[in-house]
Amino acid sequence: MNKIMSNKWIIFLYTFPALFLIGVLIVVPLILSGYFGLMDWDGISAMEFIGLENYMVALQDAKFWESAFHSFLLALFSALSLILYLIVALILASKIKGANLLRKIYLIPMLLSSVAIAQLWIKVYNPTNGMLNSVLIFFGVENPPNWLADPDIALYAIFIPIIWQYAGFYILIYYAALKNIPQSLIEAAKIDGASPVQIAMKMKIPLIMNVIKVTIVLSVVGSLKYFDLIYVMTGGGPNGASEVMASYMYKLAFESYDFGYGSAIGFLLLIITLIVTIIIRKLTATKEEIQY
Amino acid sequence: MRHIGYILLYTVLAFVAVFQIFPIIWLVLFSLKSNQEIFAGNPFALPTDPKWDNYLKVFEGGVGTYFWNSVWITVVATGLTILIASMATYTITRMHWKFSSLVLGIIMIGLMIPIHSALIPLYNMFLNVHLIDNPLSIIITYTTYNLPITVMILLGFYTTIPREIEEAAIIDGSSIHRMFFQIILPLSAPILSTTVIINMIYNWNEFVFVNTFISSDAFKTLTVGIQNFIGQYMTDWGAIGATLVISVLPIIIAFLFFSEKIMEGITASAVKG
Repeated sequence: MNKIMSNKWIIFLYTFPALFLIGVLIVVPLILSGYFGLMDWDGISAMEFIGLENYMVALQDAKFWESAFHSFLLALFSALSLILYLIVALILASKIKGANLLRKIYLIPMLLSSVAIAQLWIKVYNPTNGMLNSVLIFFGVENPPNWLADPDIALYAIFIPIIWQYAGFYILIYYAALKNIPQSLIEAAKIDGASPVQIAMKMKIPLIMNVIKVTIVLSVVGSLKYFDLIYVMTGGGPNGASEVMASYMYKLAFESYDFGYGSAIGFLLLIITLIVTIIIRKLTATKEEIQY
Repeated sequence: MRHIGYILLYTVLAFVAVFQIFPIIWLVLFSLKSNQEIFAGNPFALPTDPKWDNYLKVFEGGVGTYFWNSVWITVVATGLTILIASMATYTITRMHWKFSSLVLGIIMIGLMIPIHSALIPLYNMFLNVHLIDNPLSIIITYTTYNLPITVMILLGFYTTIPREIEEAAIIDGSSIHRMFFQIILPLSAPILSTTVIINMIYNWNEFVFVNTFISSDAFKTLTVGIQNFIGQYMTDWGAIGATLVISVLPIIIAFLFFSEKIMEGITASAVKG
């Protein structure tokens, strides 16, 4: 038995395809990204080694820092909106009739492609005929905003479809975690005279804290990677008002053909994502796991 | 008092439901209207005379090619991912070797990294091996980038398979291959179906790889194809609506039938991270 289950040839044969693909298409490109960042390169002609110049330029590139700031802003909003999702999940998990149907309805936007969501919300935000401004005009608003074309609003306007897309996902996760809490604990607290709000704050939320921590990591790290939705909705505009790190990198490489500098930005995006992940994991780490 | 509380709670939940579902209903409505009706009428009114022409127009415009590309690329990449991930998960969880946790760690790298950091080198690699504007580049990229999440979902199930099953198979003289393909794979059918549906949704919705690696209309999938279309129909809202409905309909239909599986897969893929 043990001999058969440690057959080296079989292990190699079964593991190799996965390792090979991940090595060649994920690990190597990530390393190459850092290496290409050392080059002056338009993607077609020969590369020229220029040392750390691209990285030095990036550190002083106002556009890069602006896009990084927008990414962090989205990460902050995403983390804060978890509170809303948690409240909805707490309500949903408290013996609500139709809870199962409701969480399915909530999840539908999550299943659509970011491109379709972006195109749909471009229409929702259409200044004259969109769903939103039609409603605003109906209620007598004189000059409803020109949502995606207004540099002061564009980034916030983009955040609404992001909430729309992910709300169902986080509600689903919180709901599943809340449903896992043993009912006997809740009943005992009720007999002791605890109010629903007390039960939620002092028992339910601490009991699902591990899940909440995972969702904080997911939402923050996910925000740093946002691309599709923003690229389609505004292309980072107007005038860079909604540019994020990934869209800035993409434009540098595939629209301005500055592959060297684009690679450097891509590598910085990787480093920033890893650092943020480590920081959040550290901040949310607990010394002891909660037992129940 | 208790009653009023419940009414309040239901109001909150109903408000969220309306927020989530209304844009989609509005989309379906305007996909069946003419521009005139969209611009002049009540946005939530039913179309007076449903314009199925919008859909006809979009299909005549060639959305069928994109649709078909999405279908076959999704199916092929999903099949490859499931097979390769199952084999790797099997050796990692069931077989005895020194580096299994190291290999698992390498596979899981893919869960943390932003794909955009790998995009330029990937593009360059495919350019060098002449796979740019070739659907093969999309298929192997999809296959690879979905491996980590698929392994993660499979992991939990594979560790719970009882040892006795394998022992019995080996006593019966079964080889590892037969054991894997004829016992383990069929046994893991429920969890495999979860990974299939999750993979299909991911592949169906993927945008940036197609947008970067594919330039010919003949190979584009729906996500990128609808971008073209919408550019073309700039002001024809009905046609744009019809294109969007066509692109999201398969996922919505899948959700109607497999909602439990989809929710299970989404929860599993998130929480274990």
